[in-house]
Amino acid sequence: MTLSIRYFAWLRERVGTPSETVETEAATVADLIEELKARDEGYALAFSDPGSIRAAIDQELVAFDAPLAGASEVAFFPPMTGG
Amino acid sequence: MDPIRVQSERFDMGAELNAFAASVDGAGAVVSFSGITRDLASGDLTAMVIEHYPGMTEKALAKIRATAIERFDLADAMILHRYGRLAPSEPIMMVATAARHRQAAFEGAAYLMDYLKSRAPFWKQEITPDGAAWVAAKDSDEDALNRW
Repeated sequence: MTLSIRYFAWLRERVGTPSETVETEAATVADLIEELKARDEGYALAFSDPGSIRAAIDQELVAFDAPLAGASEVAFFPPMTGG
Repeated sequence: MDPIRVQSERFDMGAELNAFAASVDGAGAVVSFSGITRDLASGDLTAMVIEHYPGMTEKALAKIRATAIERFDLADAMILHRYGRLAPSEPIMMVATAARHRQAAFEGAAYLMDYLKSRAPFWKQEITPDGAAWVAAKDSDEDALNRW
């Protein structure tokens, strides 16, 4: 499946891009994170502390065990600091 | 006026609150909260930069607003949040609620703020002469959701 991935805040800085398109067979958000971490040291470092990362599928906040079936956009970012 | 606004432009808190209050019928109470760019203890904040996730931001704010209106039986609610580069002491965001009585208006505004802090995709970065630093989320912000 083709997925658009977006990164925000320090995760964007560590990964080095705001967005990219990937081909993946990952079943869940957690699987996708493992795939990304395996790419290179930059990704491995960016995703080294899962507790400090949040994920969204098609602009809805989800848990890491959320299935990717039917998803078109996945986003990764640090805990939000609005207000 | 759109009850959900995400913008880079500066806004006038007083004018926004007056417009909101004038637009509500049958409410006996209006409560508002405004967040302002706070200087650091060291006093050397140059600017605050706010990043957001266009699309998800509007969706998340609309959901938070709709939930607050239903839960506290509000006559109306508005949320305005800025992004981009802000100077110290500039308004960052504001919420306002209107209800028949004050308790619902106060609680509705507190609910909006608690959810806005950690469920709307905004990220703050503080710029000082030494560089840029992302503001870390506080555990107390996440804990604040438990009271609802």
